[in-house]
Amino acid sequence: MSAEALAVEGVTHRFGARTALDGVSFTVPPGAFVALLGPNGAGKTTLFSVVTRLYASQAGRVALLGHDLNQEPSRALARLGVVFQARTLDTDLTVRQNLLYHAALHGIPRKAALARIESLLARIGLLERRDDKIRTLSGGQSRRIEIARALIHAPDLLLLDEPTVGLDLDSRADIVAIVRALVREEGLSVLWATHIFDEIDADDRVVVLHRGRIVARGVAGTLSEPTGSLETAFRQMTAERGPDGPRKVA
Amino acid sequence: MSSGATLTPVRGRLDFGGYLIALSGIVRRELLRFFNQKERFFSALVRPLVWLFIFAAGFRNTLGLSITPPYETYVLYEVYVVPGLAVMIQLFNGMQSSLSMVYDREVGSMRVLLTSPYPRWSLLLAKLIAGVIVSLIQAYVFLGIASFFETDIPWIGYLAALPAFLAAGLMLGAIGLFLSSLVRQLENFASVMNFVIFPMFFASSALYPLWRINESSATLYWICQINPFTHAVELVRFALYGAFNPVSCAVVVGTGIAFFVMAVAAYDPGRGLLARRGGPAGEAG
Repeated sequence: MSAEALAVEGVTHRFGARTALDGVSFTVPPGAFVALLGPNGAGKTTLFSVVTRLYASQAGRVALLGHDLNQEPSRALARLGVVFQARTLDTDLTVRQNLLYHAALHGIPRKAALARIESLLARIGLLERRDDKIRTLSGGQSRRIEIARALIHAPDLLLLDEPTVGLDLDSRADIVAIVRALVREEGLSVLWATHIFDEIDADDRVVVLHRGRIVARGVAGTLSEPTGSLETAFRQMTAERGPDGPRKVA
Repeated sequence: MSSGATLTPVRGRLDFGGYLIALSGIVRRELLRFFNQKERFFSALVRPLVWLFIFAAGFRNTLGLSITPPYETYVLYEVYVVPGLAVMIQLFNGMQSSLSMVYDREVGSMRVLLTSPYPRWSLLLAKLIAGVIVSLIQAYVFLGIASFFETDIPWIGYLAALPAFLAAGLMLGAIGLFLSSLVRQLENFASVMNFVIFPMFFASSALYPLWRINESSATLYWICQINPFTHAVELVRFALYGAFNPVSCAVVVGTGIAFFVMAVAAYDPGRGLLARRGGPAGEAG
């Protein structure tokens, strides 16, 4: 059994003739912030669908905190929090109603859920908006609520699929700061899918996904060393790397 | 932005008690959404009331009805159509739930539901139950209004019909759930109206007794008899007058289970249609 927060081993998935994921393997260690970097169409969302068990991978294995997703789906999903790329809050319901619904989906009794919601909303700085309908919130505030929602059942691993897309600079910075603080202070493990390089620190672990394959993995600072910037290194990797194996750094 | 506030520890339950919490949460969300959409409530009521007050009044003198079970005497056409119209509410509601499933899948809230740690079939069942509870409220409000119209339903009939409405609602919801797995995009849903709702409704005993259809076409009579909607209507009609129709009960329960099993297979992560077709539209990456 793996003790990794997330272990993805040889995951392959095809839609008809198109191969969306091809032998993808990587891990998210406990308490680590791992960035999954890839352009649109790289296979990030398919990977998220497999890891959240929307559908099972056709080959390979996914385990969360040592629980195989196919053999122990309940135990695995109970440890997982997800912020999807699409906005998935009920806009006509209030912040608290949305969060209570999600707490119920994880079998949390109402009283315990209410206390947890208060503390989460205080943490993301939106306690005073708890009785407001989602449609009255800004894009950045909604995203923060979605992060609170993903954390309601105290997961060990948080997946975020391009959580800052469409947000202004301040909101983006808020979201990044909240998640990094959770990693630092709560020991949360995070897999953060993005194509925005500003969101990645030099000491973050990075997995680069391109056309369904992992073309590089390592620490961001080391990956960017040869070219001087992660963005240039990324462009080279995704432009030049063919179907050969991943480039391992550090 | 982080205030560093301490998070209250919490742990969800994975046992049956935990599932009941999830079920009540799913039902509560459905009710909140329902009461937030007043126009949906009124349009669901207006449809059968138009049938009852306008069509039925018009047809009253052109359609003669003989004594057919469960009625023990001649009944007015308005009285005959009430059970069918009540189940029609459930038919529309079942398809509306299916429509909202397709919508939920497109906007992603279906994915949120499916990240719940309970078995997928139990989450789909909870979604069905939530939809049926909403349809029950609508059906009983309709029956309440219709009662001012000499429907002659004994008060015990309203109580006896509750399990019949439940079974009918679950069956229609299961059909809708299965259809939602076939319909890839919201835009395709209009064809569900044309090819499912209208044929099911009109080729049934909701608006006219089957013996009258048999007089005009034996084939149509046969189609009406194998239409599960006919049996949903008859199950409710019999129950409203304190009688039990075992054949209809068997058809409704059997059809409900069959469609639910097919829907669960369609949403199965390993074999299901989602795995072959891909996730929700509109997400890049």
